[in-house]
Amino acid sequence: MTDTVSSAEAPAMLGARGYPAALEWIARRAEAFVIPLAALVVGMVLFSLFIALVGKSPVQLYETMWRGGFGSWFSIQNSLSRGAPLLLAALCVALPARLGLVVIGGEGAIVLGGVAAAATGVALSGAPSSIVILAMGVAGMAAGGIWIGAVGALRHYRAVNETISSLLMAYIAIALMNQLVEGPLRDPASLNKPSTQPLADIYRIGNIPGMEVHWGLAVGVVACVLSWVLIEKTRWGFAARIAGGNVRAAQVQGLAVGPLIVGFTTLAGGFAGLAGMLEVAAVQGSANASLAAGYGYTGILVAFLARHNPLAIIPVAILLGGIDASGGLIQRRMDLPDATVLVLQGMLFIVILFSETLYGRFKAFNPDLWQRAS
Amino acid sequence: MDATEIGLWGVPLAILGGAIRVSTPFIFVSLGEAITERSGRINLGLEGTLVFGAMTAYAVAVMTNSPWLGLLAAAAAGLCFGLFHGWICKFPKVNDIAIGIALMLFGSGLAFFFGKPFIKPKAPNLPAIPFGAWSDIPQVQAALDVNVLFLIGAALSLVLWWAFRNTRAGLIVRVVGDSSDAARAMGLNPNTVRLLATGVGGALAGIGGAYLSLYYPGSWTERISSGQGLMAVALVIFARWNPLGCFAAALLFGGAGALGPALQSVGVTQGYYLFYAAPYILTLIIMIATSSPTRSLAGAPGELSITK
Repeated sequence: MTDTVSSAEAPAMLGARGYPAALEWIARRAEAFVIPLAALVVGMVLFSLFIALVGKSPVQLYETMWRGGFGSWFSIQNSLSRGAPLLLAALCVALPARLGLVVIGGEGAIVLGGVAAAATGVALSGAPSSIVILAMGVAGMAAGGIWIGAVGALRHYRAVNETISSLLMAYIAIALMNQLVEGPLRDPASLNKPSTQPLADIYRIGNIPGMEVHWGLAVGVVACVLSWVLIEKTRWGFAARIAGGNVRAAQVQGLAVGPLIVGFTTLAGGFAGLAGMLEVAAVQGSANASLAAGYGYTGILVAFLARHNPLAIIPVAILLGGIDASGGLIQRRMDLPDATVLVLQGMLFIVILFSETLYGRFKAFNPDLWQRAS
Repeated sequence: MDATEIGLWGVPLAILGGAIRVSTPFIFVSLGEAITERSGRINLGLEGTLVFGAMTAYAVAVMTNSPWLGLLAAAAAGLCFGLFHGWICKFPKVNDIAIGIALMLFGSGLAFFFGKPFIKPKAPNLPAIPFGAWSDIPQVQAALDVNVLFLIGAALSLVLWWAFRNTRAGLIVRVVGDSSDAARAMGLNPNTVRLLATGVGGALAGIGGAYLSLYYPGSWTERISSGQGLMAVALVIFARWNPLGCFAAALLFGGAGALGPALQSVGVTQGYYLFYAAPYILTLIIMIATSSPTRSLAGAPGELSITK
C-alpha cells in the first residue's frame, strides 16, 4: 500500500524529462535573476578597468562606494532617502514600458508635480494639516498625470513618438517651473534662489519613526507593490501586457488600447508627480530649481535595470540610491570628479541593455531543451 | 550701442543672426541623424555624442592651440560613439532607442568626467567670416558674422541631398533603410551599412558639439547642450529625412531659440523662460501636426522602429 502511494507521488515530483520539478521550476525563473546580476557584475568589472586606466584603485573605489552607500546605518539611511524618489520616477518609465512605450520625460512630471503641490500647500494654508498634505499629493499626482497622460494620448491618437515628445515636454515643464517660480509664485523673500513660499512646518512630511528617512520611501514601496498587483493580477494589467506584446492583436481581441495607454501613462505620470510633491513636502519645503535634480533620468536607468518589473524596482532603486549617495565620498576621498557616478551608471545601463540579447540563449534556463534523465 | 538705436528692427535682425548662430549644431546633428535614420536605425545617443564632442574639441583646442585639431578630435570621438552604437545594435533584441538613452547618459558622464580641468582655460575659437563688414551698424555686423561651419553645413546638406538620390552609396543606405530583406537579396549586409551610417552620424554630431564649445556659446561647461541632440531627432522626422529639409528646419529652430534673447535685448523680459522654451514647444507642435495615426509618414524609412 505504501509502495503504490510513493510510486504514484514520484512522477508528480519529477518533471516531464525526469528531473525534479523543483529544479525545473527554479531553472525557469533563474534566468530573470542570473542574467541581470551577471550583467551588473560585468558592468562593475568594466568600470574597474576604466578606473584603473585613469590611474586610481578600483578596489579602493568600490570600498569607498560601499562605505558611502551601505557601510553604516547613517549611510544606509542616506541611500534609502536617495532611493525613495527613484522608486516613483522608475514607475513612470516601467508602467508605460509594459505597454511597449518608452517614456523618458519623467523629470517634467516630477517638476510640475512639485510646483503644483507647493502652490496647493501655500493656497490652503490655515487648513488642517492632513487635508492639506492630501490635497498636495492629489495636486502633484494630477499635474504629473496630465503631463505624461498627454504624452500617451498623443502617442495613441496622433501617433506622436512618445520618447521624443516626453523629453520635449520635460524641457517645457522645466521652463514652465522657472517661469512660475520666478514670476507669479515667487516668494519675495527668496533672493538668491527663487522659490515658492515655504510650507508651514505642520504641512511638511516627517521621517519614518526610528529612521532619518522620510515617509516618501514607504509611499514609493507601496506604489511599487500596487503597480505590481495592477500589472500581474488585474485584467487591466493583463490587457496592458497583451497590448505591449502586439497592439494589433490586442485591438482585434476588442481591447480598448487607447484608454489603456492613456490610463497607464496618466498613472505613471501621477507617480512621478507624487515624487515631486514628496520632494517639496519632505525635503525642500518649497518648489525651486532643485526639483530638476535628475531623478527622472536616473529613474529610467532603474526601470531598465529592473526590466520594468515594479517589485524589482525596489532593490534596484535602493542600490542606485546608494551609488548616488557615495558620490560625495568618492569625490572627497579619491579626488575623482562627481561625474564618476554618471560614468558608472552609463556603463551599467549599456551592459544591462546588451544582456537583453542573452535571454533564451542558455539551455540551462530552459528545461524543455534538457536531455532526458536516465 | 544698444539695440534701441535701430529700434524694433533689432528684433528680426537679432533673430536672423541668432538663427544662423544657433542653428549650426542643429544642422550637423540632424544631417548625421538623417544618414543614420535613412539606414533604418535611430540613435538618440547623439545628445551624449554632442556633449562629448564639445568637451573633446575644447580640450584638444586648449592643448594644441588649434581649433581645427579640436574639431577633428571631436569628429573622431563622435565616430567612435556612433560605431559603438552601430555595433551593439546589431545583436538581436538590443533596442536601438534604449541604447541611445544609455549612450546619452554615458557620453555626458564621460564628458563631465574628463572635462573638469577644462572649465577654466580659454580655447581659441573657430573663425567667422564678417559678411556684415559693409555696414557700420554694429547689430548688422553682429548678425552677419557667419562661422565657416555654418557654410560647410549648408554645403553638406546640399551634397547629401544630391548623394542620396544620385550615388551608389546613397542608394545602398536607402535600400537598407527601407527593407533589410531587399538589401540582403542584393548581397548587402544591413548591419555593416548601418554600422557605417551610425558612425558617420556620430562624427557629424561630434562636429556639432565642437561648434558649441569653440564658437557659440564658445566655452566648455556642463550645461553646454540644452537637448540639441534630441531635438535634432525630432527635426529629422519633421524634415522627412530630407537633408535640405533638415537645413531649413535647423534654421527655423535656431530662430526660435534666438527669440528669447532677441526680445530681451530690446527690453522685453516678461515670460523670458517661456520664450526660452520656444524651440521645444515648436518641435512638439510640429510633431503633432505632421504625425498621423492612420498613415505612415511620407518618406519614412521602412525599417525605422519609431515609425513602424
